[in-house]
Amino acid sequence: MSAWSWVTQLLYVAAAVCFVLGLHLMNSPASARRGNQVSTAGMTLAIVTTFALVIHSGTVKPAGWAVMIAGTLIGAGAGLYMARTIEMTAMPQLVSLFNAVGGGAAALVAINDYVHVTGSTAGVAESVTIFTILDVLIGAVTFSGSIIAAGKLQGLIDGAPITFPGSRAVNFGAAAVGVGGAIYLLVSPSVPVLIIIILAALAFGVTMVLPIGGADMPVVISLLNAFTGTAVAMAGFVIGNWALIIAGALVGASGSILTKLMADAMNRSLANIMIGGFGTGDTGPAIEGPGGDVRSIQADDAAIQLAYAQKVIIVPGYGLAAAQAQHAVAELATVLEERGVEVSYAIHPVAGRMPGHMNVLLAEANVPYPQLREMDEINPEFPRADVALVIGANDVTNPAARRPGNPVSGMPILDVDAAKSIIVIKRSMGHGYAGIDNELYVNPKTSMFFSDAKSALAELTSAVKTLVG
Amino acid sequence: MTPDLLTDITIFVLAILVGFEVISKVPATLHTPLMSAANSIHGIVLAGAMLIAVTAHDALGYILAFIACAFAAANVVGGYVVTGRMLKMFKRTRTPVPAAAEPAAVSGNGQAPAATKPGGAA
Repeated sequence: MSAWSWVTQLLYVAAAVCFVLGLHLMNSPASARRGNQVSTAGMTLAIVTTFALVIHSGTVKPAGWAVMIAGTLIGAGAGLYMARTIEMTAMPQLVSLFNAVGGGAAALVAINDYVHVTGSTAGVAESVTIFTILDVLIGAVTFSGSIIAAGKLQGLIDGAPITFPGSRAVNFGAAAVGVGGAIYLLVSPSVPVLIIIILAALAFGVTMVLPIGGADMPVVISLLNAFTGTAVAMAGFVIGNWALIIAGALVGASGSILTKLMADAMNRSLANIMIGGFGTGDTGPAIEGPGGDVRSIQADDAAIQLAYAQKVIIVPGYGLAAAQAQHAVAELATVLEERGVEVSYAIHPVAGRMPGHMNVLLAEANVPYPQLREMDEINPEFPRADVALVIGANDVTNPAARRPGNPVSGMPILDVDAAKSIIVIKRSMGHGYAGIDNELYVNPKTSMFFSDAKSALAELTSAVKTLVG
Repeated sequence: MTPDLLTDITIFVLAILVGFEVISKVPATLHTPLMSAANSIHGIVLAGAMLIAVTAHDALGYILAFIACAFAAANVVGGYVVTGRMLKMFKRTRTPVPAAAEPAAVSGNGQAPAATKPGGAA
């Protein structure tokens, strides 16, 4: 091993150390920014090292330089523009898009390597082919799957599960062609067969994500994130680069953990989500709850309850984000705090369209992060709360989850019904994603404030202010 | 199986274990920035994309190199910038509220003790 190889490999190891440290520093909001800076430094180091390697190779033709630099600059410009302008509510789409391009780039690395190696007379070493094929398959599935996921989140594609006659068959067919082609390639290298398995993998990605409903997106994004990481690690095997292997493995681990957390929080198995079709809203039979009268409330009465409470816990759900009401809720909380009310937010793991999404939306609305409380941490505090204010959250508050025999059974929920009184802001008595009645709404302690989240919060804020005056 | 491959696999497995260990300590509050940070880390594939250019000698190679570099560069630059943007929003205390949110009618109405109340519930 030459001195040059030693130095470049060590620099890659240093970059990998930065990635691990960067992720480690994300264990607290206070140090997370530094973590991102450390990670950025590692990435810069890795890219500069690679650039030095490219120069050192001495085989790059002018056209090669041109495409490399032009591609990088154009991509960097596009990435920068999107990162600067994206709305926080649209974060899941952006992450999905970055998964797509990351997976796509990883697949291209393998495709190029394969075409190059089969073109040479030496033939293909079997060990190289396995990783090449895995990289191509996973990368292509991630690419098309993530684009479909981003399209669904952006509303370009219907968010409801999409199935067409034979869609399941197409999905299985694509998987069969991909696996069959992969086995063929292990026996006899062939570029046309490689193209066939790329197309099969792209088709598989599309038919995998189309039948999955919008509310399952936190799981899907996490899973595709894990896929991208794995594809990048495979690309590392293909070109023999440790930095790619380590970085890919880290992302694969992160995506897997988040996938499991999200699936658990939704009380669904991964297989159940991937098979899809649940929660279409029209096929799920509505299971009747115990019934009972619903008490509705007006802004003034709700404001009095809130203003004279000692402790208020706000339970935001996706409906809050959908109504763009995160700033309105933060304003109400500020007014209440000025009166001496203790306010905190109970955040269910799947509140939002990706893991932790609600926290970012509230942080953007200037809510200090010590007020953002995780489910396990806040649940024991509900009995002490004078008012639990539920905004746009439904299934995650349904006490029916504690009983067996219904679609939400066993789902971890926020113990909202333990609060001394409950105010639910909701547009109508419509069902949540699970398609069942929420028993919380007929609880004698519960008052329903039927309104759009944003205008309801504005009314409450001004009513509380009037009380102060 | 070559020793090189064995080394690669060892590194891969150990890195996954390190990943599990480090990432399981990230609080749920930061899961979106975490995913975004992981996203930017897999932008390392830019290194692989740049190395395509080394072996590219025909039109196909150039096209692949161009697309791969563009994809990976968007991934890495966008990922880090947006992660930084998100993390900047997480603050321990409320920053001074914009003037519009503090109506004059409210001020000076016996709320002085409340104004110093700490934001944290714990």
